[in-house]
Amino acid sequence: MTSGVDLSRPQAQTVGSDEDVVRVRQLVRTVAVAVKLSLVDQTKVVTAASELARNTLVYGGGGTVEVAAVDNGRRPGISIVFADSGPGIADLELALTDGYTTGGGLGLGLSGARRLVDEFDIQTAPGQGTRITITKWSR
Amino acid sequence: MERVPILKIGDILLVSIQVDMSDQTAVALQEDLAERIVATGCHGVIIDITALDIVDSFVGRMLSTIASISRVLDAETVVVGMRPAVAITLVELGLSLNGIRTALNVERGMELIAADREREYDEFDDSSDAEPTASP
Ligand SMILES: Nc1ncnc2c1ncn2[C@@H]1O[C@H](COP(=O)(O)OP(=O)(O)O)[C@@H](O)[C@H]1O
Ligand SMILES: [Mg+2]
Repeated sequence: MTSGVDLSRPQAQTVGSDEDVVRVRQLVRTVAVAVKLSLVDQTKVVTAASELARNTLVYGGGGTVEVAAVDNGRRPGISIVFADSGPGIADLELALTDGYTTGGGLGLGLSGARRLVDEFDIQTAPGQGTRITITKWSR
Repeated sequence: MERVPILKIGDILLVSIQVDMSDQTAVALQEDLAERIVATGCHGVIIDITALDIVDSFVGRMLSTIASISRVLDAETVVVGMRPAVAITLVELGLSLNGIRTALNVERGMELIAADREREYDEFDDSSDAEPTASP
């Protein structure tokens, strides 16, 4: 199957509008299919990416998303980095609590995305922006 | 911005979401539906999400809001066609979709709405029948 993306290098997508969030979902889907994630795992990682890309836009004031096909020697997977230079998150534990929102959302984006993936890494500090890396391995 | 079309079929408004909606498109759909419910006097709304390959918290909240708005406007909303992978993901995301009625497909959704309306009319008939004997 031809995926239409070059899997040998990370694919970047700027996030500056909600149309870009749609593009992130489509890019993540394409790579998730290419690395042979199951349908349920594709759905989980695209949903997580949608939540995190929206946060990059809404709270981070825009930023970039990088999607890469990865391999840990045993299994292929997909790794996605969401980066912004917005205000950062002061209380990370609070932000990762189900239902916590400062923007009138459902407060399920961060916490839910973390549940939907295999690896979730977040680097953030007030005034330092936010950088989140998620990975989902094929089973 | 793309807009999701709303079809009127008899007493029902049918929304078949065929595109990966931007957040703006989702919000516009909410407003368009409220207007169409009032303009048409329809008592049922069916939202067909067969073509949606994900439902995130934004779209999930939109579905809940549509259900609440239509209830206030005397219409019942049924969401149909949710894919199994979407349902599994929604639960893990933590979205409960409380207050949203679901059915397997459009046909079942229509049956559900029709049965609801019938029950309501029956209750209305019962209370008007009962009143004369109860009041004197
Ligand atoms: N990229 C980000 N930059 C700054 N703050 C963020 C970012 N992502 C999330 N947050 C904070 O974490 C909170 C919880 O995020 P989330 O779980 O996605 O819920 P919601 O988007 O519904 O508010 C947000 O309300 C916001 O305060
Ligand atoms: Mg969010």
